[in-house]
Amino acid sequence: MDFPSVSLGPPIAKRLSRLDVQIEANRCLNCYDAPCTRACPTAIDVPRFIGRIATGDLAGSARTIMDANPVGASCARVCPTDQLCEGACVYNADENPIRIGDLQRFATDWAIRENAVLFTAGPPTGKRVAVIGSGPAGLAAARELARAGHAVTIFERDPAPGGLDTYGIVPFRLPAEIALWEAEQVRALGVEIRTGVAVGRDVEPATLLAEYDAVMIAIGMGAVPRLGIEGEDAAGVWDALDFIRVAKCGGDVGTLGERVAVIGGGNTAIDAATCSRRLALRQAQGDTSVTMYYRRGAERMTAYDFEIEFAQVEGVEFRTFVVPKRILVENGRVAGLELLATDPAGSARPLAGTECVVAADTVILAIGQQRHVALLDAFGVMHDVNGIATVDETMRTNVPRVYAAGDCTFQPGGIDAMVVEAAQRGKVAARNIDLLLRTEPR
Amino acid sequence: MADLSIDLGGIRSPNPFWLASAPPTNSGYQVMRAFAAGWGGAVWKTLALEPIVNVTSRFAGQNIGSYRMAGMNNIELITDRPLDENLREIAECKAAYPDRAIIVSLMTECTRESWHELVRRCETVPVDGFELNFGCPHGMSERGQGAAVGQDPELVELITRWVKEAAHVPVIVKLTPNITDIRYTARAAAKGGADAISLINTLNSLMGVDLDTWLPIPHVDGKSSHGGFCGPSVKPIALNMVGACAKDAQVGIPISGIGGIADWRDAVEFMLMGSTSVQVCTAVMHHGFRIVADMIDGLNNYLDARGIASVREIVGKTVPRFVDWNDLNLDYKVVARIDPESCIRCNKCYIACEDAAHQCIDRPADPRLAPVVDEEHCVGCNLCQMVCPVVDCIEMVRVDAGDTVHTWREKLPSVP
Repeated sequence: MDFPSVSLGPPIAKRLSRLDVQIEANRCLNCYDAPCTRACPTAIDVPRFIGRIATGDLAGSARTIMDANPVGASCARVCPTDQLCEGACVYNADENPIRIGDLQRFATDWAIRENAVLFTAGPPTGKRVAVIGSGPAGLAAARELARAGHAVTIFERDPAPGGLDTYGIVPFRLPAEIALWEAEQVRALGVEIRTGVAVGRDVEPATLLAEYDAVMIAIGMGAVPRLGIEGEDAAGVWDALDFIRVAKCGGDVGTLGERVAVIGGGNTAIDAATCSRRLALRQAQGDTSVTMYYRRGAERMTAYDFEIEFAQVEGVEFRTFVVPKRILVENGRVAGLELLATDPAGSARPLAGTECVVAADTVILAIGQQRHVALLDAFGVMHDVNGIATVDETMRTNVPRVYAAGDCTFQPGGIDAMVVEAAQRGKVAARNIDLLLRTEPR
Repeated sequence: MADLSIDLGGIRSPNPFWLASAPPTNSGYQVMRAFAAGWGGAVWKTLALEPIVNVTSRFAGQNIGSYRMAGMNNIELITDRPLDENLREIAECKAAYPDRAIIVSLMTECTRESWHELVRRCETVPVDGFELNFGCPHGMSERGQGAAVGQDPELVELITRWVKEAAHVPVIVKLTPNITDIRYTARAAAKGGADAISLINTLNSLMGVDLDTWLPIPHVDGKSSHGGFCGPSVKPIALNMVGACAKDAQVGIPISGIGGIADWRDAVEFMLMGSTSVQVCTAVMHHGFRIVADMIDGLNNYLDARGIASVREIVGKTVPRFVDWNDLNLDYKVVARIDPESCIRCNKCYIACEDAAHQCIDRPADPRLAPVVDEEHCVGCNLCQMVCPVVDCIEMVRVDAGDTVHTWREKLPSVP
């Protein structure tokens, strides 16, 4: 797959030395009914994959990881491990958990480097499944359906597969080649990935419903919504996801100027902020300051703690309890930001008469994402007022033979909204689609 | 400060820590460094009338997890340097450190003349004793020496007698463990007039096979032969053999303990099981001579904490408790108790008991709670305590009344 290799500086994840790997892998106690495995949404058998590293069975280790988690290489870079596997490690009593994420990266890096063939497609069932979207949930579902022997077609509107992992996470946290390798693993099972094809634009939902035995909707989320304030159309105002996407694809984001303002407190806001810092360093613009403006206290930010710490290390500044009132524009370009203070109790309600102005040359909005409501409606899939698809515990929607998983089913700001959780829901959907196709042929 | 000096069959040293006859005692340079570090004695690497030729490579380590050299194996032979050169260096070491014990390990062909000649030449320099190498399992045994002698009680007795005829210093016989019952050769050594025995020499071993080349490890130009295994892994075997000799009335001579001794605690165990001195090799090959300072310090503090004036007082103190299985109390009962406070919920005790012991550890439905021992069915095997990674989390608690003793021997009076 042709994709520019943009790194924007050294990766966040440090590569373990061979000595570290040996020490760390041998330090694992091989717990029974291990808490790390219980804490993993995809239930990776952590002691098993670590034990296989310790004995030099890297193929077995990588297979253990990727079997449970089809995007296990990406998760080894983006998972909040301190809240999941490593947070549950029995060594936490000594505050010295096994470096599970680093070991997972070691094993999956090996598989990538060695071009290891980890899985094969199942004997053909003659059933066809359409998967819409090739992000974590879509890839996971497609991989599991292909292993079950079903013929799977993924419809992906972007030029390259991988969804959020390929386009929406800064390259120094998750290089595009990792997500693309995971997509290639799925393609190698015979899954057809039709990139550049948008369902609803290039293919009608009705066509999919007619031609496939089941449809899986894994369409993620859309653009960042507008703030609805003055100056939003000026040059230098960015949707954070567009900004990250352009940067990750090696495109030109233009001159950032001396001050970048990022609005928001989630992981995407952090990514936009750290990405700005590194781009500014590369543009050699002197000392470009990057400030995140958040409407509540820092403790309410939805970004992971380790992301916030990383941003601090990268030199991002934080200003809390403020919301933008308008964007100041000069000569058609951003010149500053007028802010309002918010209720110190944390309700995010702006307080009248507290206006202040800060200079800004670039404003990046990361205040959540819109939903692809129109596409859900086109399928007749029920959703709530926020546009979040309604599914049961089998990931089934109200429409027969239509399932949904991933971000399009997660409530905003929830702990669910993780790559690893999307992968797990994709697996669950695939398992239930497989069951449906075997027990209730169309 | 306790008195650490010892006397093994007439060989005196300021502390019980000797270097075993092995690569660390190959030269005067090394023995000088060892004595400077504090070693109480050194058994010089085995001398012969003529030097042998060694091969490369020679050693291999047994690694367990991240722990290197839990055991090691070697196919090195005895000294490959001329006898006169060794003797000159022995004299230099003795002159520099007159208070340390230098024991010379000997090996030669199985004739009276040869042994007499070797002893005579070695006594031209001031040595404190001889150790007869009847133990090396590799190489020399194919020439009718080393373990080839040590596996035959009659030869052990005969050669010991020859050496005693010629020697003016105490003679230790070093025993091979590659034998069904080591007491037979120990008794033969005593019968031949040995002043002491030392044990164990190395065990027959093949360290491994290279998974990529399929060559044995270590190999010499693509081939290998069996070697001698030593290091921490052999300690339980050595301790058993030392204890067996210590409690055998027909042996009845002092013991120098050898086999996986790496620190002062190992040394204390060997002494409690009947060793007067202890010999160390693998630990020095792993960490250097400096470890003796920690051995001396640890032993001193151990004795001081118990008000024991001399290390000689502990020698053999555990031997009377090392008995036949038939004499064990069948009424004694312990059970495991898990401390939920220190338990880290790894469940290793649970799965060990469930799959490999007696299915008497239960897990509460809530995985946040510690496993619990079903004391009624627990047989007190210790397995859960062994696998538990947390020190003192699982305690073995005595639950019988403690007022009765019944043994298998009394049930079967015909058992000798």
